Amino acid sequence: PPAHSRSDWIGPPDPHSNLRPVIFYAPPGESALERRLREARQEAQASNQRFWARHNRAFRQEKEEFIYSRLKAKGVEMRDESGHKATLNAEEMADFYKDFLSKNLKKHLQYNRDWYKHNFRITFLMGQVALVRALRWLRWRKKNVEQ
Amino acid sequence: AGLFVWRLRNTGVPQIPCQFVHFYHVANNRLITFQYFNFLKRMYVTQCNKDLRQRAKPKVDSIVSPFHELQQLDQEKKIVHKNSPVSPVHQSGSETSSINELRETKSAARTEDSTIHVGAESKEDRQWKEMKLRLDDLPGILARLSKIKLTALVVSTTSAGFAMAPVPFELTCFLLASIGTGLASCAANSINQFFEVPFDSNMNRTKNRPLVRGQISPLLAVCFAASCGIPGIALLTLGVNPLTGALGAFNIFLYTCCYTPLKRMSIANTWVGAVVGAIPPMMGWTAATGSLDAGALLLGGILYSWQFPHFNALSWGLREDYSRGGYCMMSVTHPGLCRRVALRHCLALIGLSVVAPVLDVTTWTFPIVSLPINLYISYLGFRFYRDADRSSSRKLFFCSLWHLPMLLLVMFTCKKSILEKEDKGDLPGGSHQTAMEIRLP
Repeated sequence: PPAHSRSDWIGPPDPHSNLRPVIFYAPPGESALERRLREARQEAQASNQRFWARHNRAFRQEKEEFIYSRLKAKGVEMRDESGHKATLNAEEMADFYKDFLSKNLKKHLQYNRDWYKHNFRITFLMGQVALVRALRWLRWRKKNVEQ
Repeated sequence: AGLFVWRLRNTGVPQIPCQFVHFYHVANNRLITFQYFNFLKRMYVTQCNKDLRQRAKPKVDSIVSPFHELQQLDQEKKIVHKNSPVSPVHQSGSETSSINELRETKSAARTEDSTIHVGAESKEDRQWKEMKLRLDDLPGILARLSKIKLTALVVSTTSAGFAMAPVPFELTCFLLASIGTGLASCAANSINQFFEVPFDSNMNRTKNRPLVRGQISPLLAVCFAASCGIPGIALLTLGVNPLTGALGAFNIFLYTCCYTPLKRMSIANTWVGAVVGAIPPMMGWTAATGSLDAGALLLGGILYSWQFPHFNALSWGLREDYSRGGYCMMSVTHPGLCRRVALRHCLALIGLSVVAPVLDVTTWTFPIVSLPINLYISYLGFRFYRDADRSSSRKLFFCSLWHLPMLLLVMFTCKKSILEKEDKGDLPGGSHQTAMEIRLP
């Protein structure tokens, strides 16, 4: 994003985590509340990024291993004559999906709790910041009207 | 989407003798349902197409993970702020030029055929966007946030419930109930999206939602939900009756606080979700009659049973995304159960259609006329149960899309007329209610 910009910028989805990174703008006159909000958002973003990048990587890896082991059991090569990667059909993959989901359930439950906490906190802080800004604007307007 | 929502609003016809109202209603309903089906089919087909296209794209992405660049930029920005007024950071300069390049290609891509829409969208997708709310984008963003198409479907099931109630048709009540339900549905959908941002980003079907793309802030999403939900429930409670309002509020709670978290905890979410889908027609019924009687429960039961073939068939093709995203769905964890339940409920629909005339909701022609479509969906359900493959799941899903509007339409045309009931002395109102007599074709 351009250096003179005064707002946040959101980018394309990260190839590992599929989350869109945000560059937060820190205005020069940032209040303590606004700083807390920005830091909360950055922290949530970092934590989400860590979780999903790791999780997706594990998924891809385990999927490859599963396909490899199944193909080996069937006696099929990883690549056929035309050089395309051999894949299993959806029904064969279903076992893997079921397994992966049950293995990661606890991890997800923990992540859910964290995500909900982050989300509520950020939204609440946003509300506070918006309220403070609105009051400030009203006061400024009142002052202008009086002048 | 705009056209079809407009058509829905058109059903508010000014005072005409009611025979006309009902003919018009029926005709419009057909138009709407046909449009729904076509529209929905197009939507799902294009989504599936998009899906396929995205998979065909080369895996190797030459763009370095933007996140590392991000962190660097962030730190540099902080340093710049601490020291002196802005001197443009080198990297940000190069990025603006690349953004300009992308913008040019984007405008070139836009002039191309709409079938290359996916390509243009993905180019736009790869840009950095300013997180500033543009007012002219807002209607589109809010429409997507509130899942306006799904909301319209929910409102139409509510109006079906209203229409099936054995009372004279009151236009104002009908409109208030529809609007109230629509607002409640918008609120529930917005909160659902608010809760699910990182999960939606990771699933192909949902990764273009407004909160995921940063087009709107979570605070605004919550405010929008509140500004839809509170007036919606108030409208239902005060403008219609408290029972409908209570059902509406309960449904919002069920959807946002039970179904949404439950999706990631246990497969029971599907049953809760089916109840969520069953409540709107019951709300329509209570809006008309003011009480929850057997007819309301029957309609709710029909919608409840319908949800299973619909959702189970849909979820069959999404197993990979659900597994990776951490969603506990029957199709992933208990595939046999998934198919059994879908078939079971297709058959239940036949049973419920037979119960309808027993409860005096419809005449006996209803189970007879609806038998072909019910048998067809049961047949597809059986095929899905036996074959358990992608093609049978898709067939079942698409069938469910037209099956429901058609079933409700047939039900409406077979509705038991009030006059018959009055003759039998069933209705408590008796001969007073001659204001809008309902005569059916």
